[in-house]
Amino acid sequence: MPTSLPAFDALLALLLVWLAGRLLVTRDLFKAVVLFMVFGLMLALAWVRLAAPDVALAEAAIGAGLTGALLLDTVFRLRGEAEPPPPRPSAGLIACAMLAAALGAMLVWSMLALPDDWFGLTREVAAAMPDSGVTNPVTAALLNFRGYDTLLEIAVLLLAVLGVWTLNAEPPPAVPAAGPVLEALLRILLPLLVVAAGYLLWAGAHAPGGAFQGAALLAAGGVLLHLARPFSFGTGWPVRLALTAGFAVFLIVALLLVLVGGGFLAYPPKHAGTWILAIEAAAMLSIALILVALFVGSARHTDRGRADAGAHDPPA
Amino acid sequence: MSTVLIYSFAGIALVCIGLLGLLASSHVLRKILAVNVMGSGVFMMLIALAARAQPPDPVPHAMVLTGIVVAVSASALALALLRRMRREEGSALLPEDRRE
Repeated sequence: MPTSLPAFDALLALLLVWLAGRLLVTRDLFKAVVLFMVFGLMLALAWVRLAAPDVALAEAAIGAGLTGALLLDTVFRLRGEAEPPPPRPSAGLIACAMLAAALGAMLVWSMLALPDDWFGLTREVAAAMPDSGVTNPVTAALLNFRGYDTLLEIAVLLLAVLGVWTLNAEPPPAVPAAGPVLEALLRILLPLLVVAAGYLLWAGAHAPGGAFQGAALLAAGGVLLHLARPFSFGTGWPVRLALTAGFAVFLIVALLLVLVGGGFLAYPPKHAGTWILAIEAAAMLSIALILVALFVGSARHTDRGRADAGAHDPPA
Repeated sequence: MSTVLIYSFAGIALVCIGLLGLLASSHVLRKILAVNVMGSGVFMMLIALAARAQPPDPVPHAMVLTGIVVAVSASALALALLRRMRREEGSALLPEDRRE
């Protein structure tokens, strides 16, 4: 736990709650999204205060950055429709507020009812660490103790990409004026992001970092590149292979381990570090590509979107 | 009040605000924002509970890390659905919230 700063913590907690309230009641959707991005950054600060640097890294890059970019993109495309005024206090709204308050009371009660000597799985994890192949307990939990979760999570990401491709939703991307500032920034930033992602992947074994944080940085670079010079990777086989490579490597390793007699995702302690690094490297590249694909969409809609953009533009 | 308690209660407040926002707002984009706020509240409760131990329990950290990545992909899918609905029907509101 970092140094005790109760006043700072209380202020940060109040700020987070205030930001959440503001972003849900402010009339302007653009403002709401900007407040949400500030909320994400403040959340990353809270994770640092709670001694969760791995989570803070992912939150800053994904929660604030990537989600913000996706939301801003949608706000831009939805322009032209006014949001109806917020509901007046009605019986329904009061019922909703009472429901939320009841949920809150239950959560407070369950939080206070926890015994003081409850420490979760800290001891079990500490006892199993020597066999995990890494020294960062979060990476050990992600890739070794709870590898099943992470495997299925990558599958969920692939499902989301399939959904986005199937919905085929975008009108043609608005080409932003790629000014000299963005180009010059990218020339410096992109190599730095790639190096930093590689470092995070390697450092994840013994320090905060890992496949997710590295992938988030790479994806941020990809989104910036898309903003400067819009591209699309289409839905061809090379792209599909690259998107699924992380899941495939993970699954193949898991099945190989079954064949050699260890069990599903039960690494032999001696080589666990190597297996984990191999899975993480493949997972990082695939997750980065998946996150960019979620932002960029598929190629098909770009062609179709151009053809019928006029027909489908709703009246402003 | 300890750090853990401060952030636990902040997490609970975020869950409640998010739930109210989800139920009370009519614009789908704002509902997506509300779900994200609610999810952040759940993450905060998990991480605050993990910080009760010394050193912090790494399992909730791993779960929240997974959760953040799943949340962004779910949001991306929801936003794609929203854009498709708007393209097909010309409105970003759910049918029962639309008024002529």
